[in-house]
Amino acid sequence: MNQLIAKNVNVWYGENHAIKDVSMVIEPYQVTALIGPSGCGKSTFLRLFNRMNDYIDNFRMEGEILINETNIYDPTVNTEALRKKVGMVFQKPNPFPTSIYENVAFGMKIQGMNKKSELDEIVETSLRKAVLWDEVKDSLKKSAFSLSGGQQQRLCIARTLAVEPEVILMDEPASALDPISTSKLENLIFELKKSYTIVIVTHNMQQAGRISDQTAFFFMGKLIEYDSTKKMFLKPTHLQTQNYITGRFG
Amino acid sequence: MRRPKEKLIEKLLAMSGWLTILTTLGILVILVYESVQFFADVSVWEFLTGTEWTPLFSKKEFGILPLLTATLLTSVIALLVALPIGLSIAIYLNEYANRKFRSTVKPMLEVLASVPTVVYGFFALTIITPFLQSFIPGLAGFNSISPGIVMGIMIIPMISSLSEDALFAVPKSLRDASYGMGATRFQTVFRVLIPSASSGIIVSIILAISRAIGETMIVAIAAGQQPNFTFNPLVPVETITTYIVQVSLGDVPRDSIEYRTIFAAGMVLFIITFVMNNVSLWLKRKYHRQYE
Repeated sequence: MNQLIAKNVNVWYGENHAIKDVSMVIEPYQVTALIGPSGCGKSTFLRLFNRMNDYIDNFRMEGEILINETNIYDPTVNTEALRKKVGMVFQKPNPFPTSIYENVAFGMKIQGMNKKSELDEIVETSLRKAVLWDEVKDSLKKSAFSLSGGQQQRLCIARTLAVEPEVILMDEPASALDPISTSKLENLIFELKKSYTIVIVTHNMQQAGRISDQTAFFFMGKLIEYDSTKKMFLKPTHLQTQNYITGRFG
Repeated sequence: MRRPKEKLIEKLLAMSGWLTILTTLGILVILVYESVQFFADVSVWEFLTGTEWTPLFSKKEFGILPLLTATLLTSVIALLVALPIGLSIAIYLNEYANRKFRSTVKPMLEVLASVPTVVYGFFALTIITPFLQSFIPGLAGFNSISPGIVMGIMIIPMISSLSEDALFAVPKSLRDASYGMGATRFQTVFRVLIPSASSGIIVSIILAISRAIGETMIVAIAAGQQPNFTFNPLVPVETITTYIVQVSLGDVPRDSIEYRTIFAAGMVLFIITFVMNNVSLWLKRKYHRQYE
């Protein structure tokens, strides 16, 4: 089971108490959406699962994050190995300034794999999984910057898939994309959840409603409500959730 | 309608711009004029391929190669010192050091570049050379290794500072991508940051070489004034710049062939640094576009 479990998690940036006593269980092979107004801590919370907050000055955290029953904040945990299991797709497409092929092969190369035949195969399967193969198969040597924004984002997903993660974290992956690219990305996420556990931060209520199975509403660093997306959108328990989802604030 | 005062100011500003351009053009014209006269007496082929440079002797030879190799030799030694150290400093400051350390150390490093070169020259001659002689037997009092090393120290801040700027300009999102894929810090530096900043780093290297090639005082003091055609760093050599100093300070008659040699030598120096600076400018423009 690849459950992600947060137990009484608190996060501070210096004096700023960014996450306040959050506990939640994220189920495997589902899409879990984290929603809430800007600054509510949802991105910070997402980045706890692959320890990307470690690079931020003054970051301090208490509590436990368990993946496969291991506390990933245990000092013995190898963060590089963790990040191979827990991949991440960022807000803006961020391909490396190299070729399409090299972008996808990056993760394997840093693990020391250099056999061309194996790399070729992984690059192809990863690009196929990210539904990008047909668009780029004839231009693998071209710069990743020659792709459109939506294609770049799918390339970043292919790059993440290449190292065979179990969990994929997405931090507003569609916020820089046009509507057509966004819908392609959403279809892709729908496909990916068969094989991966997906946690996605989004600002877009409709998007959360369309793609997620579970939704968690964060406000001022607290987890206000967490339930099936259907229930959250139709019959939220808390007034704050209802106000946010119906667009009364945020 | 614009007022006359505005117009006057505009004219003055334009004039100061033109002044620098005209100065450069003036220097160029004189260089070309004197060189052309020089090459009326000495063939270009002889000048570029001759291995002896003795314009001040009775048996005159005009092969620039000894001066050119000396210039290259000292510059290469300088680069061998400055590149690994400068780049390591840039990587450390950018990726490992905390922000406070970086903002304190970076200006301190730049002090190295503001030490007068005559001080560096005597440092090479009176400290580095004797020190090297203590374990390199047969090292001459004047040689190219000692000023080369000292020139290397002088250009470290050029490489470290400009390379650090280039590394700093790499978008944070690329770091995130690399770390997010499970790359270590070392892998992120060598596989993502340095390749992404490569054109900026190359610019810093070219400018540093160009500075080393044009450097005069250090080599004039510590490398000697013997135009040996050699790549041996342990013997005295004479660089292009040193030769120009030597002749300018001496009592060579105006409009003689000896006098014109300094313009021919200066022309060579000018062409080398001009080409290098333009390559670096071209690269700089190229890399500024990269992330747009």
